[in-house]
Amino acid sequence: MKIHIRNGRVIDPASGLDAVRDVFVAAGHIVGVGAAPADFHANQVIDAGGLVICPGLVDLSVRLREPGLEYRATLESEMHAAAVGGVTSLACPPDTDPPLDEPGLVEMLKFRAKHMPGPRVYPIGALTRELKGERLTEMAELNEAGCMAFSQADAPLVDTQVLLRAMEYAKTFELPIWLRPQDPHLGREGVAHDGVVAARHGLPPIPVPAETVAISTILLLVRETGARVHLARLSSRAGIEMVRRAKHDGLPITCDVGVHHVHLSEMDTANFDANCHLIPPLRSQRDRDAIRKGLADGTIDAICSDHAPVDDDAKELPFQEAEPGATGVELLLPLTLKWAREADIPLARALGYLTHQPARILGVDAGHIAAGRPADLCLFDPDAAWIVSPSNLASLGKNSPYLGLEMQGRVQYTLIDGHVDFRRDGHRQPNHG
Amino acid sequence: MSANPQLTEDGRLRHLLTLEGLPARILTQILDTAASFIAVSAQERDVKKVPLLRGKAIFNIFFENSTRTRTTFEIAAKRLSADVVNLNINASSQSKGETLLDTVANLSAMQADMFIVRHAAAGASHLIARHVAPHISVINAGDGRCAHPTQGLLDMYTLRHYKGAFHNLRVAIVGDVLHSRVARSQIHALTTLGCPEVRVVAPRTLLPRDVQNLGVHVFHKMSEGLRDVDAVLMLRLQNERMRGSRLPSAGEYYKHWGLTPDKLKLARPDAIVMHPGPMNRGVEIDSAVADGMQSVILSQVTFGIAVRMAVMSLLAGAGATGAQT
Repeated sequence: MKIHIRNGRVIDPASGLDAVRDVFVAAGHIVGVGAAPADFHANQVIDAGGLVICPGLVDLSVRLREPGLEYRATLESEMHAAAVGGVTSLACPPDTDPPLDEPGLVEMLKFRAKHMPGPRVYPIGALTRELKGERLTEMAELNEAGCMAFSQADAPLVDTQVLLRAMEYAKTFELPIWLRPQDPHLGREGVAHDGVVAARHGLPPIPVPAETVAISTILLLVRETGARVHLARLSSRAGIEMVRRAKHDGLPITCDVGVHHVHLSEMDTANFDANCHLIPPLRSQRDRDAIRKGLADGTIDAICSDHAPVDDDAKELPFQEAEPGATGVELLLPLTLKWAREADIPLARALGYLTHQPARILGVDAGHIAAGRPADLCLFDPDAAWIVSPSNLASLGKNSPYLGLEMQGRVQYTLIDGHVDFRRDGHRQPNHG
Repeated sequence: MSANPQLTEDGRLRHLLTLEGLPARILTQILDTAASFIAVSAQERDVKKVPLLRGKAIFNIFFENSTRTRTTFEIAAKRLSADVVNLNINASSQSKGETLLDTVANLSAMQADMFIVRHAAAGASHLIARHVAPHISVINAGDGRCAHPTQGLLDMYTLRHYKGAFHNLRVAIVGDVLHSRVARSQIHALTTLGCPEVRVVAPRTLLPRDVQNLGVHVFHKMSEGLRDVDAVLMLRLQNERMRGSRLPSAGEYYKHWGLTPDKLKLARPDAIVMHPGPMNRGVEIDSAVADGMQSVILSQVTFGIAVRMAVMSLLAGAGATGAQT
């Protein structure tokens, strides 16, 4: 299959390229940007006039709910939703049922994903067996089965000695560990930021020290072991400041934030909207502003969707009883574009947080537009406006804080491995020739 | 942002979910209506019932046990001639896996006019109010640690009864503010009604972070917090809080924050003492104070019936006009 993508505004965040160019794709790879290679005869031409052509998005946290949680969502539905969102590579956390703690489970998931349309799926292996925080998993075996990194997802790791050993063992194989920092005691039974809204509503709090105490422990152990650690979903100003200093000191750490935390704060939970019940919790406006500053100054390396489809039965409950999480894989791009507009960040820089930067954390060859690179591309209309509604979301998870609100920016084509995986109905048909 | 879910488009009371965000006009209307009910029963002691809610079906839906509050609502409803159905949900459908909203949908189908809801989770009555049919009103009878608006209102009634007005009052709320829906409702009501100085007095482990943002002055010592106050609003200390990581013992709590005659002397000589009940004598309050001259705790219970009658009649649209006839 040879595809000629015409007249698009090509943005390659890694090289800084931002210009109208044609892109030529053959045999799963980009074979030319600007000029066609010799003897290139396209089978398909896509008119990308008015569209941005950027590398396919790399999402560091998408819950596919398989195995075990298929009543929430299925591999098929969520992989399709990811493609609709322009995502071409995704990492899925190990908190499935059973957790991804054995090579067989990982191989099965990879096998199933490979035989479906949709993005490349990179399972994150469980750091400990059954995510119980007691015994290490067979990290080397899991790595051979396809796990690029290891994590506890949202399960607590109470025993600090296990954490130290896990870092030492992972370092032996130079495997990265992804941790969402939350002290298991300080955040116990908490559902909301320890701020003015929790004070008003009397909600059990997750104080900022739940995050900072955990980061402090992790950073000290990274100094000790030299393990490569990625801190997932930071939520607090104080936490981001600690990472800023640690990076300044040269520690081998990276971090990401969830896209909802770039925009929302505890004030959005004031009317008990269970769709705003997220983990980590939405914190104060000051924390939200610190996340934006951390992105702008490069302390934060990536933005992920933290996609978590939750069914209505688990959301139509009082705030504290509702299951946390928001559907997000289709909002990752428009919400990042919204931040870029509001913070006056150039589009090419903003897209870096969704492309080559997360690709580097995940350790995969993705996130670039250049000859010889995999042809994973996202073509989006930066001006298209649409309303977030259950019928407008492909994900089975309709749980969004943005229901009823307008987004600007919509994916029109997603190319994965050199073929069109998703094309929005109603977009101009390509003229062959 | 949606409009206030507690008010109709023309500004009348639609549900009573929390005192936060209700205008002073509505709070005063409820207190005035309650006063008219008390006047009626004072004039004609034999006539306990008024026919304002005849034919209306009121469902007491308690997802959390409370004989006391449920009983006061039941008495109030019966004095308004309503039909009352009591449901203790712990023991029935929830244990069979029925969801909160399914339970409510089923009860709505039984031609209910009003739901009185108690639930262990904050915002439960808000959730129910969002899903009921337009003719059904919801009264929050306590949701988690969030709100207990009728208790807050009866406390305001009591304060106004004994002190006349709010604009010159200094009020201290003492005890476990962190876990107290009563304290939150009192704070919102007092600040709305123009009380110039609301204090909270408690150890740091029993106060929410940023509590001063609710418009209160924070004290940790009774010797400072009670000085020259016009009213002391005591809070109940739950048994499970008395020992553990928040408090070492009931004894140490009593020593520092229990209301004794000596500590009460710091308040103004005509200060009143209130408590939402049930009391832990010898833990948060000394019997000599609870049964003393300054205690108005039993009046609170009496006023509580009238205040709940007022809320129900206003929600049913009968309002003050009916009560004055």
